[in-house]
Amino acid sequence: MTAGRAGIGALFTRQRLTILAFAAVFLVIAGKAAWLTLGVDPERRTAVVRKAHIPRPDIVDRNGILLAADMPFASVFAEPYRMIDVDEAVEKLTSVVPSLNAAKLRRLFSDKRRKFVWVLRKIGPDLEKRILDLGIPGIRVMKEKRRIYPMGRLAAHVVGFSNIDSKGLSGIERFLDGAGAIFTASLINPSGKDARPAQLALDVRVQHALRAELQRAMRKYKALGAGGLVMNVHTGEILAMVSLPDFNPNDPVKTGALKKDRLNRMTAGVYELGSVIKAVTFAMALDAGTARLDKSYDARFPLRIGRMKINDYHAQRRWLTVPEIFIHSSNIGTARMALEVGLERHKAFLRKVGLFDKLRTELPEAARPLLPRRWTKVSSATAAFGHGFAVQPLQGATVIAALINGGKLIPPTFLKRDKDAAEVLSRRIISEDTSRKMRYLFRLNAIEGTARRAAAPGWRVGGKTGTAEKVINGRYSKDHRLTSFIGAFPMDDPKYLVMVMLDDPRPTAETRGFATSGWNAVPTAGRVVARIAPILGVKPKLDSEEAKKELARWRKINPDWNVPMAVAAKGAVSGAQ
Amino acid sequence: MPLISRKDSGLLARWWFSVDWALMGAVFLLMALGVIFSLAASPPVAERIGLDGFHFFRRHLLFLFPAVVLFVFASFLDARQVRRLMLGVYVAGIVLMVLALFIGPAIKGAHRWINIGPFSIQPSEFVKPAFVVLSAWLLAQARRLPDVPAVAIAWGLYGLFVGLLFLQPDMGQTALTTATWLGLLFLFGLRWRTIGLLAGGVLLVAVGAWAMFPHVRARVDRFLHPPQLPDGARDQMDFAIEAFNNGGLLGMGPGGGMANKHLPDAHTDFIFAAVGEEFGFVAVALVVMLYAFIVLRILIKAGRLRCRFCRFAASGLAMLFGLQAIINMGVNVQLLPAKGMTLPLISYGGSSMWAAALGLGVALALLRADVAEAEAAHEGAEAYGDDLASPATPAVSGIAKAAQGGQAA
Repeated sequence: MTAGRAGIGALFTRQRLTILAFAAVFLVIAGKAAWLTLGVDPERRTAVVRKAHIPRPDIVDRNGILLAADMPFASVFAEPYRMIDVDEAVEKLTSVVPSLNAAKLRRLFSDKRRKFVWVLRKIGPDLEKRILDLGIPGIRVMKEKRRIYPMGRLAAHVVGFSNIDSKGLSGIERFLDGAGAIFTASLINPSGKDARPAQLALDVRVQHALRAELQRAMRKYKALGAGGLVMNVHTGEILAMVSLPDFNPNDPVKTGALKKDRLNRMTAGVYELGSVIKAVTFAMALDAGTARLDKSYDARFPLRIGRMKINDYHAQRRWLTVPEIFIHSSNIGTARMALEVGLERHKAFLRKVGLFDKLRTELPEAARPLLPRRWTKVSSATAAFGHGFAVQPLQGATVIAALINGGKLIPPTFLKRDKDAAEVLSRRIISEDTSRKMRYLFRLNAIEGTARRAAAPGWRVGGKTGTAEKVINGRYSKDHRLTSFIGAFPMDDPKYLVMVMLDDPRPTAETRGFATSGWNAVPTAGRVVARIAPILGVKPKLDSEEAKKELARWRKINPDWNVPMAVAAKGAVSGAQ
Repeated sequence: MPLISRKDSGLLARWWFSVDWALMGAVFLLMALGVIFSLAASPPVAERIGLDGFHFFRRHLLFLFPAVVLFVFASFLDARQVRRLMLGVYVAGIVLMVLALFIGPAIKGAHRWINIGPFSIQPSEFVKPAFVVLSAWLLAQARRLPDVPAVAIAWGLYGLFVGLLFLQPDMGQTALTTATWLGLLFLFGLRWRTIGLLAGGVLLVAVGAWAMFPHVRARVDRFLHPPQLPDGARDQMDFAIEAFNNGGLLGMGPGGGMANKHLPDAHTDFIFAAVGEEFGFVAVALVVMLYAFIVLRILIKAGRLRCRFCRFAASGLAMLFGLQAIINMGVNVQLLPAKGMTLPLISYGGSSMWAAALGLGVALALLRADVAEAEAAHEGAEAYGDDLASPATPAVSGIAKAAQGGQAA
């Protein structure tokens, strides 16, 4: 029994120890909680941030011209529960701003449970002062900011727009909320030293020239839409990009920014680029060595593959050399060249140049290519001349730039970029030698091929045309086309790529009933070149025979244009020397 | 004339006069606070995962009613009924835990839950109090029936339960159960040396867990060496600390919290921090005091009981409840590494709330003088070599005392 009693004692001691231990631990927790809650410097507490305008960086073009900026505005709101005389308040407000809905305001102000009612948003300083001078109890003013776009429609699709809560909804504005937040972050830094605007690769002068010419082309050829871009072939910078119809980012909703036809055709839409893609096939075949410039292909008869018959638009019905295939844009010849390279290698090359993947740039509006479900002999043959697969126009332009610039594929960008950065990002897809041959073909096509009507005298334009039949109700239409031209200048040392695309241009008397690319997209591109080349500092060479022929053609095609006359005069001088 | 007379010897009357009203009040107060805190802490979480703001609050209320019923019901039981109930809960819980391993959904990588109709329950929550009561009973039998390997059986119950927890895996519950079990063994009278050895073993297992489970390792390392995160980047623990910092004495008011909007589990594991931010130190202190009051009062009252089973079981349940609260609050104030553990009776979650209510109800039942005395008499009557009821106190006197309405505890 004594052992038992000792046991009792031990038990009680241990119960006591347990109790003490628990008490101690609870005290420690309470102590730590007290230290955490009470022992903290009030400064360190999270500031209560009222929802405010998130700073957005300015957007400027490559020369620092303002494209988007925040402007301070005031917004007027009411606190009905503080309002003394509702009728007087409504009367005074409507006397200053007659457009206000008096009945609605009276109803809102009379509800004394309401703590907050917007009266007017984003007004200027004058009106703000006049409303404050009314001295209505319960009417207050909140300082806000509003996004303005000084250039309006000019670069609407590139710059994009943001909503009233300062959230970027499209274009670069949307990019600034995501991956481009680095620019925004620089604004928050209180030292302000790093605060910098988002500088685009865009050049508003080039942008303006491109947009004006596209607008003219749309009117002249009665097209449904138009698109175009100018790219630096050595850096991938996009100096201009236009998609028509467009909208005004200052009032995007009213100007139809959300309508279907206002999408950015150059990136958010995919199109069959047609014969423009032939250039890719040529580069592949020349680079693979299966084709040489002096080699000929049989284009006497339509090419039959299974049930499919491939025909030529400008049918020559003879054996054609490689340059002839290019300048006559022969589908038969191009398809033969692709089949000679082989299905797998053709597929691998298209993948290598990025035409199978979604092209991503800073713009959030990017569409995925539409590709044939299975890669067969037929799809290879048709893909060779740009049928059966659709890509973003920008994507096509990016590849053509690589064919011209010496063979390096450079991801395009809307932000300013230098040559070194582009060099790092670039990837070789064809050899220098192939690129030189491609430049020859492009230039040849502008001298005596389908791109003759570019004719910008002395600026050595070269390029490839494309006319694709539009798919209407699931069938190719003979009557509705998408015409495009991708070219570059000066072709002996290419610097800039120009792309022009017209959606469903109509034949006119002037085009002699034709509506293919050479009759509308090409002359438009020629005019763009003639306008932007002087801006970009590219000098014309007018002393060659070619230039003189171009000048003659130019005068016939563009009788309205007297600007190149000065150039022509200079050309006459240099020709006389 | 009072509604219930002290002379009445019916079940309700005996319960009415023997139940610990202060404890009961404290438990109800904790439950009520849980409702208020849920209203403040859960809407941001609900909105973040795309639910209606009051989703968790409504469900919290829905869970609360059965919890209250279960709590009161359990407090009516006598010792024998408690054992039977808990044996059933243990067996059913273990079966469900095994099922959960195979057919239960994997939530955050662990098989802890099982879907029964529209409800999903976490059986391990219920096994915890059941295990405590059963092992307390076995330990109480150990000296009375030396020829029955009672302690070994208790170890077996422990091994089975913890083994299943380990497989889920649920390191938090494993740690909690082990700590409570060691506490029980300590009260039982294990030699200090043995306790020390066991503690060493636990340490070894803990190191093993640290080495074996990447998430355990990450959390412990995060605790020992707070990472240098880039400016602006913060993790859950930083937000918990920020929440307390913001709270101050009186808090930022319900819904006024800033940091707790970033706490992923502001309604469950990190509700203590959320409370700290919105209601300040005053509420935090009140919560700690209520837990301390409940745990210490049960431990003190249990210590005075002559019934060994009641003492062990009630103390074990108090330790289980207290340790769970301590681990949760300890994690919140960063005294312990992050560990998923609910704050009993306050955090959102049906299983957790019901299991806590069941455990506390049982503890309340075993603390009732009439129950304890009857059980002590029962132990004494069967006993030989009894170490608690002295020979001078015959079993009969215990019953007589209880029948008198033994307020003396």
